[in-house]
Amino acid sequence: MPNSPMEKVAKATPEKVAKRIRGLSDRAIAWIFVAPSIFLLLAVNIFPLIWTIRLSFTNFRVNRPNKDVEWVGLRNYERILGDSDIWMTMQATAHFLLWTIVLQVLIGFFLAFLINKKFRGNDMWTTIIVFPMMLSPAVVGNFWTFLYQPQIGLFNYVVSFFTGADPASFSMIGDVHLAPWSIVIADTWMWTPFVMLICLAGLRSIPDSIYEAAECDRASKWRQFWTITIPMVLPFLMLAILFRGIENFKMFDLVVQLTGGGPGNITTLTSIDLKREAFEKWKTGYSSAYAVILFVTVFGLASIYVKALNKVKER
Amino acid sequence: MKTKITLTAITLAAAASVQTAQADELTLCWAAWDPANALIELSKDFEEKSGHEMGFEFVPWPNFADRMLNELNSQGQLCDLMIGDSQWIGGGAENGHYVKLNSFFDANNITMDDFIPATVTGYSEWPKNTPNYWALPAFGDVVGWTYRKDWFARPELQKEFMDKHDRKLDVPNSLDELKDIAEFFQGRDIDGNTVYGAAIYTERGSEGITMGVTNALYNYGFEYENPEKPYEIEGFVNSEGAVKGLEFYKELYDNGTPPGSSNWYMGENIDAYKSGQVAMQMNFAFIWPGVEADPVVGGGNSGYFPNPAGPYGQFAQLGGQGISVVAYSEKQEAALEYIKWFAQPEVQAKWWELGGYSALKAVVEDPGFASSQPYAQTFLDSMAIVKDFWAEPAYAELLLAMQARMHNYVIAGNGSAKDALDSLVKDWTETFEDEGKL
Repeated sequence: MPNSPMEKVAKATPEKVAKRIRGLSDRAIAWIFVAPSIFLLLAVNIFPLIWTIRLSFTNFRVNRPNKDVEWVGLRNYERILGDSDIWMTMQATAHFLLWTIVLQVLIGFFLAFLINKKFRGNDMWTTIIVFPMMLSPAVVGNFWTFLYQPQIGLFNYVVSFFTGADPASFSMIGDVHLAPWSIVIADTWMWTPFVMLICLAGLRSIPDSIYEAAECDRASKWRQFWTITIPMVLPFLMLAILFRGIENFKMFDLVVQLTGGGPGNITTLTSIDLKREAFEKWKTGYSSAYAVILFVTVFGLASIYVKALNKVKER
Repeated sequence: MKTKITLTAITLAAAASVQTAQADELTLCWAAWDPANALIELSKDFEEKSGHEMGFEFVPWPNFADRMLNELNSQGQLCDLMIGDSQWIGGGAENGHYVKLNSFFDANNITMDDFIPATVTGYSEWPKNTPNYWALPAFGDVVGWTYRKDWFARPELQKEFMDKHDRKLDVPNSLDELKDIAEFFQGRDIDGNTVYGAAIYTERGSEGITMGVTNALYNYGFEYENPEKPYEIEGFVNSEGAVKGLEFYKELYDNGTPPGSSNWYMGENIDAYKSGQVAMQMNFAFIWPGVEADPVVGGGNSGYFPNPAGPYGQFAQLGGQGISVVAYSEKQEAALEYIKWFAQPEVQAKWWELGGYSALKAVVEDPGFASSQPYAQTFLDSMAIVKDFWAEPAYAELLLAMQARMHNYVIAGNGSAKDALDSLVKDWTETFEDEGKL
């Protein structure tokens, strides 16, 4: 009399099938279980990647199905790497990445440090601080355009209050010097809470006993911060940097809503540029080469970073 | 009696089943804007007469091209009818997205001679100036200007303007006069509010700044190509006149527009005008019915004028669209039926009444047309001076290059006007070489 579910299944399996399975090795059974995932991975990730690499050596355009596709060798890569406009978008992306990460890590860690203290209303403040990251980036982009409006925007009035400058005298998204900062500020406002949450997890994972031992050794608060808190939170911080770095490398919606990539090309990030090449100009071969270059860049940088992260964890 | 009733019932049921079998559900794709709502209203008549059901897919302008060209390129069957932008006609024809309508027009006595010539060239023909038709002109549109008639009429402003410029504060006859007026209003206090000169097109992402700057470029001598030698652009796109036209647009932006208007297109210009921020706005004619109906700026408080002349002549950027049958539709017969219905003079007359800009001569040349709306004469005058952007299959590449170069100079202030136009020549030449046209 079968009583466990497994026994019931075994009993219900037709004899012919049961015989076939009985003949399979453990390795074969393992492959049967893994095969669907591998197939899905190949179909969804690996095949498109190989196809993209292949397309990158052609002049294929998806909107010209009747046009002959020519093999152009490395011409797409040469054109991309020799194009000063693309290097400008790389610079814009680097500026955006660097400053959003620096500001989000500094402010996020500071907020986490404050929230980690026990005080009344702690939970309420955490909820309020986390609120921006719950919004859609397109919505955030839209309302920051209002905040930055010189005549009615709150941002300009706040700056005016502190500096005395006329609110209508500067335009955050229209000025070539200020626009790159306008997207950094909006992204920092939105995603600092995410870094804060990761830092908070790191801070709360430090056992109190370590601080108590340090107190016994008469270590100052400053000393405790640099020798206990920072080293123990560092792996979490590095993880936050990795997440934000990857996310911001592909930043699109918020910036498109806010500046449309302008003025000129000053806030045209690589993802915006790539989208224009691929889905507005429909230069499929060219944009495939562009995507491959970006993939190699991100993959290379992320690999180096992950190695560094593992070393920090091992310490 | 009983047999009679049964027979009648059978006949009715049979008729109903025939009707059901013939009735299709058509989807018409267009931009999400005021005229689209008017078209829904107008189409009710078609539904009634044909038995077909109309569905609509409207996408806001900034995403319209993205969404719809994606649909066409992927050979999607979402749209049976497409009111596509005039620039799509080359790609629509060459890439097989649109059904050629010549034989259909011939069979149904629809002739392109009945429509405003500029709209036929702009919306229907590919190659241009050849009798190959891929669309029926559906909505005539053109860039023009709206101004605050009530502000212009104020005696104190009239006097001050007269003292300064030695002429009446009135509709400008030239682009230079327009700039004077914009600068006159810039930063001025009206009824306790600071107002500005003009809202102009500056948008970066889609087509905004190109649709604006061309209104200055054309009138200063910009040409798309050598009229004698197609695709020869050096010396035409970056001619001396074109450089001056671009410099003019930048001066207008720098000295006569509201602060923060660095990424404005149709919607932002409407908002700025209706909220009393600006004395004038550049915009497509489709907004004029909405301006007239507005409780603040409408009802005689606004006036309209065509894009003023420059040293080279008087031209205006063409907008508007034609209606095409999508080649991937499985309901082409019903879609053609819609076009046949839409082409009728009485339907076109009703289209104009509802706020749609008909391109049918019978409507616009009617003696009562010019006085039918305060903006009707301006519409006619503007349609007579139109020029359009490239309609090549590679139009998107050409447009994006122009967007980047113009924005980089006019808004970001990088380099000179000559640099911007020289760079544009380089970009466009590269595109035409890739296309095998050079």
